[in-house]
Amino acid sequence: MAGTGRNFSTSGGIPVEAAYGPEDSGQPAPPPGEFPYTRGIHETMYRGRLWTMRQFSGFSTPEETNQRYRYLLQQGQTGLSVAFDLPTLMGYDADDPLAAGEVGRCGVPISSLEDMETLFDGISLADISVSMTINSPAAAIWAMYLVVAEKQGAEPARISGTLQNDILKEYIAQKEYIYPPRPSLRLVTDTIEFGVRHTPRFNPISISGYHIREAGSTALQELAFTLRDGLEYADWAIGRGMAVDEFAPRFSFFFNAHNDFFEEIAKYRAARKLWAELMRERYGTKDERSLKLRFHAQTAGCSLTWQQPYNNVVRTTLQAMAAVLGGAQSLHTNSLDEAWALPSEDAATLALRTQQVIAYESGIPAEPDPFGGSYFVEHLTTQLEAGAREYIAKIDGMGGMIPAIEKGYPQAEIARASYDYQRKVEAGEVTVVGVNRFQETETAAPEILRIESSAEAMQIEKLRRLRAKRNNEESTRTLNALKRAAETNANLMPPMLDAVRAYATLGEICAALKDIFGTWEERPQI
Amino acid sequence: MTPPIRVLLAKPGLDGHDRGAKVIARALRDAGMEVIYTGLRQTPEMIVNAALQEDVRVIGLSILSGAHNAIVPRVMELLREREMTAVKVIVGGIIPDEDARELQRLGVFRVFQPGASLDAIVSGVREATNC
Repeated sequence: MAGTGRNFSTSGGIPVEAAYGPEDSGQPAPPPGEFPYTRGIHETMYRGRLWTMRQFSGFSTPEETNQRYRYLLQQGQTGLSVAFDLPTLMGYDADDPLAAGEVGRCGVPISSLEDMETLFDGISLADISVSMTINSPAAAIWAMYLVVAEKQGAEPARISGTLQNDILKEYIAQKEYIYPPRPSLRLVTDTIEFGVRHTPRFNPISISGYHIREAGSTALQELAFTLRDGLEYADWAIGRGMAVDEFAPRFSFFFNAHNDFFEEIAKYRAARKLWAELMRERYGTKDERSLKLRFHAQTAGCSLTWQQPYNNVVRTTLQAMAAVLGGAQSLHTNSLDEAWALPSEDAATLALRTQQVIAYESGIPAEPDPFGGSYFVEHLTTQLEAGAREYIAKIDGMGGMIPAIEKGYPQAEIARASYDYQRKVEAGEVTVVGVNRFQETETAAPEILRIESSAEAMQIEKLRRLRAKRNNEESTRTLNALKRAAETNANLMPPMLDAVRAYATLGEICAALKDIFGTWEERPQI
Repeated sequence: MTPPIRVLLAKPGLDGHDRGAKVIARALRDAGMEVIYTGLRQTPEMIVNAALQEDVRVIGLSILSGAHNAIVPRVMELLREREMTAVKVIVGGIIPDEDARELQRLGVFRVFQPGASLDAIVSGVREATNC
């Protein structure tokens, strides 16, 4: 909530009046579980099943990350979420010169099927859902995952999880892109099509507002750009000849859980309502599985402060409550030390405990959409929905999200919002506790996780051995087959799986596709 | 009137999180400086070449990925090799205290950690051009 004195508004600038009444809240929304699902996608929400507590983690080496996963599962975490390192996110092997200094720093390095086998050693992929935050190289990483599942004997129809695979928000916000937008969208559509045919319980895409918000957007921009991205993927899938009710039930979403408590709750409600209405209006579907927006939420990394890091526990708790009150299907809570480094084990455990306290002690999960009918929350829901419809119409007018990205439109909107926010912090118009008010002179450093640089050397050595022992003729043959397929309209998942089985590396697979697709560079603008 | 301070702002390494770099570029520009923003994924060689061509007095490096210990020493080494030590280097990002001290020992003029104010960064760039 910004504003001291007379002018109050939400963090995104929606004016907030002194008190709202019945005239502000519009028509009462239908009960939870009924179209347009403003109040939640299930009738009983968390009474039936709690959200999945899914903490994102990965660092150093596949061996060490495997140990952390086993620890988190022992502590009662109910799903896994893989954080890959930057070389992997950009499609480079650990031994690529461009990867120097970055291997295992922000996540786990996965250069080949062998690394993926190590990552899930002793973890049964038939029994646990795994989310993978990977975008440009998503098809190749997913192929590695599917082959590990296959080697464990897990039925494809049984495995579940989520591939992030949302390339549009990379061009818009996070900037981890490799190929130009159109071939990238083709790859995304290939994975969606493959998933629909073979892995009916796996979400092939998680359409993400999280990174848009972290890049500095408002809640409204996060909502609008994310849903418009979703429509773009739907249009491509339909262009491929899939029926809406084949793919739309497998679309999942990923939103930020930020500081402005009521605006966030309203954002999730507006997202569900708007998605259901858009799916009905644009694609004429009546299948409720296609209409229901399911989402993962993560508390806001960008809200964490380096100063007085223990305050971050309180921020994260409030943000997590907003996500639960807003009806999230799964949740990641950030650790208190993340403005300093990747989380230590103690900090990661406390973050998980925060969710467990909300789930088991607060009483919140007993009632679906507890703020439904609140004059204020209903008013904000309506405001966000109307604002998002305006943005969506504007992007439609540009010819869709790809032309909008090529024009730099969403990028410029976000940059403007983030600079406005920072200036307000500097001017003291927005209070950040411990940063621009209630400061302390000394900041006590939390115990932080240090990544040993030996991790990089170990990964490089493993790759050297892999390249020496694999059948290089077979890996070259499958890479060539992948390239030939990329020149046609064929689905690339089958040749990708062949290349992975032959232990072709991630870097080799991405290089093969770069040969055909080219690469994307953004024109730097400030 | 003295000519405006010219600053090269760069994002080295593979990380694409450019929110901070862009906010700082705007703040330095609003403070009257000329800012050249290189964009993403610049190697140390590209950065030092750009600094030479653009004739800047300050290089700002935004690094959030933890790769600073690999990237920054290489930039400093290249500046020495090319006799460009008059160009001051400022680093901003998620840099642990211990690493910040080490970077300053290598000749980095200043390290800004998370939570640094735009005012402090603008002043830091000005100070870098006064020595």
